[in-house]
Amino acid sequence: MKIAVCVKQVPSSEARIAIAPDQRSIDPTDVEMVLNPYDEYALEEALRIKEAKGGEVIVVTVGPEKAKEALRTCLAMGADRGVIVTDPAYHGGDALGTARILADVLRGLEPDLVWCGKLSIDVEGDATPIALAEYLGWGHVALVTKVEWSDDRNARVQREVEGGREIVAITLPVVLSAEKGLNEPRYPSLKGIMAAKRKPIEEVKPSVAAESVGAAGRGVEIVAMAPPPERSGGRKFTGEIAEVVPQVVELLKTEAKVL
Amino acid sequence: MLKRVLVLAEQREGRFRKSAYEAVGLARTLGSEVHVVLVGSSVAALAPQLGAYGATTVHTVEDPRLALYWPEGYAAALAAAIEAVQPELVLLIATAMGKDVSARVAARTQAALLSDCIQLELQDGALQAVKSMYGGKVFATVRAQRLPVVATVRPSAYPAPAPGSAAPQVQALAVALPEAPRAAVVEVAQHEQGKLDVQEAEVIVSGGRGIKEPKNFELIEQLADALGGAVGASRAAVDAGWIDHAHQVGQTGKTVSPKLYVAVGISGAIQHLAGMRTSKCILAINKDPDAPIFTVADYGIVGDLFKVVPVLVAEIRKAKA
Repeated sequence: MKIAVCVKQVPSSEARIAIAPDQRSIDPTDVEMVLNPYDEYALEEALRIKEAKGGEVIVVTVGPEKAKEALRTCLAMGADRGVIVTDPAYHGGDALGTARILADVLRGLEPDLVWCGKLSIDVEGDATPIALAEYLGWGHVALVTKVEWSDDRNARVQREVEGGREIVAITLPVVLSAEKGLNEPRYPSLKGIMAAKRKPIEEVKPSVAAESVGAAGRGVEIVAMAPPPERSGGRKFTGEIAEVVPQVVELLKTEAKVL
Repeated sequence: MLKRVLVLAEQREGRFRKSAYEAVGLARTLGSEVHVVLVGSSVAALAPQLGAYGATTVHTVEDPRLALYWPEGYAAALAAAIEAVQPELVLLIATAMGKDVSARVAARTQAALLSDCIQLELQDGALQAVKSMYGGKVFATVRAQRLPVVATVRPSAYPAPAPGSAAPQVQALAVALPEAPRAAVVEVAQHEQGKLDVQEAEVIVSGGRGIKEPKNFELIEQLADALGGAVGASRAAVDAGWIDHAHQVGQTGKTVSPKLYVAVGISGAIQHLAGMRTSKCILAINKDPDAPIFTVADYGIVGDLFKVVPVLVAEIRKAKA
């Protein structure tokens, strides 16, 4: 089975985020960049399928030269090769533009199955995997937490929804987006890291016009960024529990009015 | 004011989700005509209820294949309604279903997509939203560059209005559904009955590393019960396998803003704080007086959670009695 995994390099969840002087982007100085955590679940699942059924795992990203680090991480985990769109004219698009670029690249790769993380933890558009399925003309399941194959083309997958789980019957080709809980991603082994250095990363140019999908084609524009509303610590109670707790409950009731 | 807003009202098993009323209520404040598309196997009888929240016209799309969620079927229904209504704004709530259908339909209709908005308003004729990014570390103002716009709004960001008594026009909409479903829901497994989802709850009680072991989550549940709230968890508790990921609050979980957030045995890692700092009121219980969680808490109790929580449960029950 040929499986493509769409990935993105993003600031680590532990990173402090500062807003750049233009007030509409973030300051990249000293921000640790990592493989998007949800993409790790997607890649892990793709690798497990390959291990069980054979085939190839290709990781695909749209991003600058530096984003190759994220591809190398994937290759070290076990992916076979990487594909990247480095042309800056294709960068900075919105979720729909990025989905069109990915659809274009994936058509050339002809995968049987596409995995994505459910969202990237930077701009949190969470629409890319689904829009990608629409542009490919494929079915999709988002927020997948479990996959059970009945044969090489058919599976039942589970997805998380509010208050429950939905079981979805799928037939390949399909786009799946990974939710946390799907699996426990492996760490790259030393051998994997060494092997990754020799695996190919190919730079490709999409055939779709950059003006319609990159920054120039955005349907939505970030006009301002601000830190979250400041919040200062309130009162801290350190006394005897038997005295302090009733006091706090009274404040919740009469001052905060949340009881 | 926009001329026409179209809402997809989410129902499951013949009942509206709270989000349906929230979406209709918000649409009413943005547009003069509020059209609603209602999708399911047999849903026409539900339609009149939506008038009370501001729907002027309800378009029903009924088919046995739409009884459970089917992304392409629901997308076809919404796309047909867009074709019929020609709205400037298509509005959904950012639930699992809302995010799913909105992305497909925005891609299909080449609309601008504003997803998971905390605020959505008209600003000089353009739709403008506030979105949380980087797990709540940044609030971005995002403006749509064209109409129509497909937007999803975070659950509970706009509470449903008090119902009135207006009756909507109801009409059936014929939709050509795709031939064979390639990915359709075949079964729904409900979580435990009566358990609230963290994103829909007005009160959340979350447990963290300080809980020490999974069975101690009973304490968190008791406190959540006393407050009528949902059970949440920090990433540490989820990664330790003590509780399902559906409960996780923070950057790789859910971003929440309930009326009251109670953090129990949570030190307050940056990615957790980002996910809950917009809560209206925060109460933290932690034995470490220097825990970062106290820097965002309105009320902090420094003490052993195993001693504090039982007393707190009793006092809350007393206060609410």
